[in-house]
Amino acid sequence: MMDLKKIYYQLNLPAQCRKYNVPLWQCPQFLFLIMGIIIIGAAITAYLIGTHYIEDPQLIALIVLTLSGTLFIFAYIINVSFEKLAEASRIRTEFVRIVSHQLRSPVTNLSWAIDSLMAGDLGRIAESQLEYFKILKENSTRMKELIKDLLITSRIEEGALPIKKEKVSLIEVIKSLVSEFQPFARASNVEIGFSFDENLPKILTDPQQIKVAVENLLDNAIRYSQRKGEIKIRLERKGDDIYFEIKDSGVGIPQEDQKYIFQKFFRSKSKEKGGTGLGLFITKSIIEKLGGKIWFESEEDKGTIFYFTLPKK
Amino acid sequence: MKKIIFIEDESALQETFKNLLRKEGYEIIPAMDGESGLKLAKEKKPDLILLDLILPKLHGFEVLKELKKDSGTKEIPIIVLTNLENLEYVERALELGATTYLVKTQYSLEEVLEKIKKILSK
Repeated sequence: MMDLKKIYYQLNLPAQCRKYNVPLWQCPQFLFLIMGIIIIGAAITAYLIGTHYIEDPQLIALIVLTLSGTLFIFAYIINVSFEKLAEASRIRTEFVRIVSHQLRSPVTNLSWAIDSLMAGDLGRIAESQLEYFKILKENSTRMKELIKDLLITSRIEEGALPIKKEKVSLIEVIKSLVSEFQPFARASNVEIGFSFDENLPKILTDPQQIKVAVENLLDNAIRYSQRKGEIKIRLERKGDDIYFEIKDSGVGIPQEDQKYIFQKFFRSKSKEKGGTGLGLFITKSIIEKLGGKIWFESEEDKGTIFYFTLPKK
Repeated sequence: MKKIIFIEDESALQETFKNLLRKEGYEIIPAMDGESGLKLAKEKKPDLILLDLILPKLHGFEVLKELKKDSGTKEIPIIVLTNLENLEYVERALELGATTYLVKTQYSLEEVLEKIKKILSK
């Protein structure tokens, strides 16, 4: 049974290609298959043409063999090159995952040691020192967030994002998130409003991943707000889908940046506002993995609206 | 005075928790690996065990299993305190009898202390 499983895994092209984290056309196994089909096709075509124009069967055989041999050598060279490229991509993704995981321990130790000092566990802190401790705390929190986002990103790229679906009330998930973000919103002088269809049905989805996806949108909406800001979240049913919308009155995304907004580490030319540059990439990946779609509209100095839909089932 | 055994191989964390928990009036007994942690737990019968998972000599899951098998230690509440956040680890720890599972990066020191106090007050 184990051998059959291994054989099935070897023949499972999408699974084999996912581990390299490259597009299908760069996947060595896929290229091997395509080159094989081309070689067989070329050999058959050469034979058919040869039998039409050439009488000597040995000459036909020689032509077919030479053509097949030449194509095979080209295919081998191309395949080896792409295999090296794919392996480099896989090693890079695994490296990010391993390093991020290894960094968690020292960053947690640092963060908790700072918590302990700031709480006065080792004696009272002077006023003049408090500002520096706040800087240390802020930056250790930034490192924790970056490591968390890097780990999620590497799982997405390995095709290993864990999805555990259950019947979920999105209303409750969003309500709970809005409540969690209230302190951050208040500190940023932003008001969050949430409206929803009372009769919204529960949907089959992963509440943890939805939470991560919406957290990133809410975090951005607050960060990029200006002056006294307002964020409006709306949840409703549209046909077979659940429709989510988050509208802010923030700085907006410049036109020239909009096509890059879902890319990893891309930061819009708008004011530098913290964050890891991975949030929207993660949100898009999660929504698409859950069978949904995400898009946005934005105007500079007016604000941005992010939308996504999720299937009911 | 309530006794807590902290099974954790990171000395920096041992130091931080020593200061924190002593200030709150708890007695904290450190263990730097799974084997000595298990031995101490059976000897001292603490009121609470804080348990990391990636430990030298004996893995946290093995320690948890042994503690829950032993009649002298099976009733002691155990907080798993780790950086591993995969759902399968969480489920496994709870199945093996952990009282709660905390991912270190997701909690501040104060929040961990609140959880400890809540469990010890029961």
